[in-house]
Amino acid sequence: MTEQPIHLRIRRQDRPDSAPYWQEFAIPGRSDHNIVSLLMALRENPVTVSGQRVDPVVWEHNCMEEVCGACALLINGVPRPSCSALVAELEQPIRLEPLPKFPVVRDLLVDRRRIDQGLKQVKAWIKIDGVWDTHEGAPRIGPSEWAANYLYSRCMSCGCCMAACPQFGTDSDFLGPAPLAQVRLMNAHPTGRYDKTERLHAIMADGGLSDCGNAQNCVRVCPKEIPLTTAIGELGRQTTVQLLKDIFGPR
Amino acid sequence: MSKPNVIVIGGGLGGLWATLRIAHAGFPVELFSLFEVKRSHSVCAQGGINAVLDSKGQHDSIRQHIIDTVKGGEYLANQPPVKAMCEDAPGLIRTFERMGVTFSRTSEGLLDQRLFGGVKNKRTCFAGASTGQQLLYGVDQQVRRLESEDKVVKHEWWEFLSLLLDADGVCRGIVAMDLKSLEVRAFAADAIVVASGGMGQLYAPKSTTSTNSTGAAASRCYRQGAWMANAEFFQFHPTAMMGHDKNRLMSEAARGEGGRIWVPKTPGDRRPPKTIPESERFYFLEEFFPAYGNTVARDEAARAIWTVTRQMGLGIGGDGGDRVYLDLTHLDAAFIGARLGAILEIYRKFAGVDPMTEPMEIFPAAHYGMGGLWVDFERSADGGIQPDSPRNHATNIPGLYACGECDYAYHGANRLGANSLLSASYSGRIAGESVVSYLKGLASDGASLAPEIPQAEVARQQAINADLMRADGADTPYLIQKELGALMTAKVGVVRSNPELESAVGELQVLRDRLRNARLGESSTWSNQSLAFARQLGDMIELAGVVARGALARDECRGAHYKPAFRIPIPEGKFAGDPEFETYRARWHANNAQWLKTTIAEHTEDGPRLSYQEVDLSVYPPTEPRDYR
Repeated sequence: MTEQPIHLRIRRQDRPDSAPYWQEFAIPGRSDHNIVSLLMALRENPVTVSGQRVDPVVWEHNCMEEVCGACALLINGVPRPSCSALVAELEQPIRLEPLPKFPVVRDLLVDRRRIDQGLKQVKAWIKIDGVWDTHEGAPRIGPSEWAANYLYSRCMSCGCCMAACPQFGTDSDFLGPAPLAQVRLMNAHPTGRYDKTERLHAIMADGGLSDCGNAQNCVRVCPKEIPLTTAIGELGRQTTVQLLKDIFGPR
Repeated sequence: MSKPNVIVIGGGLGGLWATLRIAHAGFPVELFSLFEVKRSHSVCAQGGINAVLDSKGQHDSIRQHIIDTVKGGEYLANQPPVKAMCEDAPGLIRTFERMGVTFSRTSEGLLDQRLFGGVKNKRTCFAGASTGQQLLYGVDQQVRRLESEDKVVKHEWWEFLSLLLDADGVCRGIVAMDLKSLEVRAFAADAIVVASGGMGQLYAPKSTTSTNSTGAAASRCYRQGAWMANAEFFQFHPTAMMGHDKNRLMSEAARGEGGRIWVPKTPGDRRPPKTIPESERFYFLEEFFPAYGNTVARDEAARAIWTVTRQMGLGIGGDGGDRVYLDLTHLDAAFIGARLGAILEIYRKFAGVDPMTEPMEIFPAAHYGMGGLWVDFERSADGGIQPDSPRNHATNIPGLYACGECDYAYHGANRLGANSLLSASYSGRIAGESVVSYLKGLASDGASLAPEIPQAEVARQQAINADLMRADGADTPYLIQKELGALMTAKVGVVRSNPELESAVGELQVLRDRLRNARLGESSTWSNQSLAFARQLGDMIELAGVVARGALARDECRGAHYKPAFRIPIPEGKFAGDPEFETYRARWHANNAQWLKTTIAEHTEDGPRLSYQEVDLSVYPPTEPRDYR
């Protein structure tokens, strides 16, 4: 454990429409910090390296166990959750920027509502008759099928995959990898399968699957190691079959 | 009159379940959350959710689940709701399964179940090591679907500030603040459900809970007249890994598989742990509990760690040396890797240290609040709760309901493992059903709120903001929270004594005064997180006062509340029939006669006024002391 001050360069922005600027900080502390705990230490005494007292840095955090997805940032140019980014493993000065591709609210806080909209667009849910007990469970799911599905159910909507995706952005209507992977998950469920056609049509429309440029960035940055490109590949086959059904299938 | 509408505060398991149940009954719901609901603390629960499916050939029974819950909670939970919850658990699991929750499976494709602490049968359904996350996503997806059908409106990044009560004291709406624009606005509603989660941040950073688990929303209801119940009961987990930001759980499995807990025998020994010879190590659990050693029960382990670090001064690490080693390095690497892979990964990921080569540093962490907002129930003829009664999960304020960790029901003095996800889900569904009955019973010409009331309340809340923005004192709210966490951990923690609790009550008063003069350090009117935090901190200090006062008044040891001065120990090696054991049993009964009751705290300007309520023991009366020997 070193006792050297930790150097931070933080990209700040006061309002959604104001210009960004950089500030530098040197935070005394041991290197067993993660980025969230470092920002917490900073907000107790937000003074820049030049001795200027500034507003505490705004960012989002909640569970700090890499499961809620709130604290994702661009750290030294890489989108990742800041709770599991350990200072000791990062090159200094550590550069912190808001997750790109999403509108900045303030400082490191971004608005990721587009993920939620994407999930609505692809109908990422199982239609059930009501939240009461119907005295029936769901159909059986074998262990290997479960294991494949489980990977996708761990997506925490942190937005790292979208931030890394060259096709996703403010000027593009591409859904992005996270909502697409949920189509793969829902279509695999024995009841979710009933609405498979609807979901596939949603991703065959503009901004859907065909906008994926296969850059593979998403899968490289996913903190939960979700096989996003595998999902996209599987969906490619599903949409091809759907297209043929749409052309030749019964009316 | 337009259709009655409901406001739900909080988007964890409890809030989302209540939302679903109310919206499915055809009433519009507005859901308020501090953040996108998917980030709620429910996602953190890993272990599983209890439900008797009896799928493992063990003749498991719902009756046994009820008994385990009641005994685990040292008889302090009202038993009809516990009975109803355990009976409904299998149906809840089936509903979750239909929602597409990826529960782990047996080779036959059925729901798998595993063994959890405090029970003898495999009764816990799980989804890999992320059960809470999967359950929350199940209900989140359903809410999203209702949202797309315009049956639910989400207000994410909005903070609940206060209730709007009419002249008769009936809850008619809320005042909330947009956390981006800081706009303060009134929202009318015919019923309100608070599902705002726990209050673990009172113990920050030595807490396993999310940073938004402040208890502020519950505290705000309390300040407006809602009763708090059993707030002094707060469960601590013995082995959590330390962080500057929070503590993260290290499962009991680490000790179960052979992990040993120790500290150096010499205080202040700063040598790297691997270089300290065996003869200079103090394996205190093995010495204190020769029969159980390192696998002694959670509460005993937490207290022993407390004794060694706080009273004997043998703790390691900085910050007053309050940690101990949890050592796996003597175990076979391949064996440990296979059995404890998930834990090792968490430790490596967050501490940057490999627990196969270096002992882990751990500390008992505040984990789960047993107490919370008082809620009612209506007992049914069969000893459970009356379905669709508007009394179920109603607080003492008409029109205000509470569910999830922010209410006090189901756990009693101590929570049974894997019952938290169950109680959050079940209570959300019941609160939802109850609200539906309440709305149906409302007079159709229900008087609306006089417009002066919301106007005055909005103005009052705006004035609080303005005052905070202007304040220019010595401390920042972040520093004061640090002191609050340290104070609560030190004096209202694992082991309690009356002199320390008394001093804590006094120190809380000082913190409250200091907060009044704190300095936010910023006056931005856009996304001012310090402002929102300073407001929450005031509510946290208020709640901390309720916890401390309740603990001070309760002169006994029960579950998560431990005061050694009033301990009634089980005579060693004695069992039922032995005169010594019977003397102990008589003392245990006498103590129950005095203390087996619910603490009720009512807000007054001079601090909480405490009173006590009988516990409904109609299902499984306390004839036998809890005895895990």
